[in-house]
Amino acid sequence: MNFKFKNVYLNATSIVAGPYEKRTIFINYFDEIYDDLYLGEKSWELAEIKLIHESVNILLSKTNMERENINIHLSGDLLNQLVATNYASAKIGIPLIGVYAACATSTLSLILGSILVDNYLKNAICSTSSHNAAAEKQFRYPVEYGGPKRCVTTFTTTAGCSALISRNKKGVRIDTGTIGTVVDMGVKDVYNMGAVMAPAAARVLVDHLRANKRKASYYDLILTGDLGIYGSKIFEEYLKSEYGIILDNYKDAGSMVYDNKKYAGGSGPACMPLVAYGYIFSKLKKHEYKKVLLIATGALHNQTLCNEKMSIPAIAHAISLEAL
Amino acid sequence: MDKKTYADLVNKICPKEKICINALVSFLFGGLMGLLGEFIIELYQMLFDIPFKEASTYMIITLIFFGCLFTCFGWFDKVIEFAKCGLIIPITGFAHAMQSAALEYRREGFVTGIGANMFKLTGSVITFGIVSAYFFGLIRLILGG
Repeated sequence: MNFKFKNVYLNATSIVAGPYEKRTIFINYFDEIYDDLYLGEKSWELAEIKLIHESVNILLSKTNMERENINIHLSGDLLNQLVATNYASAKIGIPLIGVYAACATSTLSLILGSILVDNYLKNAICSTSSHNAAAEKQFRYPVEYGGPKRCVTTFTTTAGCSALISRNKKGVRIDTGTIGTVVDMGVKDVYNMGAVMAPAAARVLVDHLRANKRKASYYDLILTGDLGIYGSKIFEEYLKSEYGIILDNYKDAGSMVYDNKKYAGGSGPACMPLVAYGYIFSKLKKHEYKKVLLIATGALHNQTLCNEKMSIPAIAHAISLEAL
Repeated sequence: MDKKTYADLVNKICPKEKICINALVSFLFGGLMGLLGEFIIELYQMLFDIPFKEASTYMIITLIFFGCLFTCFGWFDKVIEFAKCGLIIPITGFAHAMQSAALEYRREGFVTGIGANMFKLTGSVITFGIVSAYFFGLIRLILGG
């Protein structure tokens, strides 16, 4: 499913990051950084709520907008029942659509927002968050337990990222959006999410190129969300053997975020916007990149079904951005 | 591409875990833990003039206490990440697993949080410990008479 947008622009973005993200090379693009993983709150869940709340507040003040003037808020996170989004929205007070596509939430919310703004609304805010400790607690072990990690494991980023999209010709143009298909290649390894998600990313990329009659070289940069250093290698190899596509303009946001000494890269819904809403957005504004394709990838992981020995399905959504 | 071919592709690209080095590190740390345990038993026997059996119980309590304490200090998970099974298999690992779960869920209340979740990681150790004790007891009864 492909959408071509006529008149939608990504006007402004905001990024609130946690302590681990201090070490990234993108630190100058962040609006606010917290030194403490609790963000001054009492629990990991409250900290993640604060990430979304703060990022929307910063975005509103950056763009001099009042919340009454925002038509809709599309937001998602990793926690059960989208608690971070829902509780943050109770404080924010903008009509909400909760979006869940695991780590592909950022591009899905941008695509849905762009469809709404292109046809019905004036503007929308799209938010995504993830919190390392809240995700560890929910999906793996208690945070203090630690537990030795495998070398293919990625590290969930802690950040809340928001973007304002509207019909005002400012910032970056949103060109097309492609909704992905769920792909299940039979991977059951919960520590190797890159292997789970790589085929979904390849599938949406091929769907996108076919629907828009484009070649991969049309883009200055193709950026996947959080495949990690091994997942992105699998992605390239899979793309080559399955579809005969070789990429020479490809990067992975998860592989760029950390130094990758201990882990195989960053992950989580906020991993893609952490790079895209700051670094990529500014490069597009400066015309250093002209056309960029963002493919956020999500492992649709559920502990109960994993315990029942089911494999993990994955999804990816692609959105292309163009410099004005 | 079918699932089998894809699994081969994944195996080809993803690096293997360093099993030998991990095993050696675990062996060394596990051995050091044993040595420490022996030392504490000897010390207690000497200091309090108690028999071996009593001293070994006190040794276990001591190790559990320090395991829990270091978990609360927030750096024991980093040591375990390095020492791996060398600290996970001894009683320190059990204490650490219980303590970290208790810390994690304390915000959710005493009953619904700590009480319900403290054995989240260690519950299966206790369950299968009892089950295997039952079967080994049975075997001993049959063979030993």
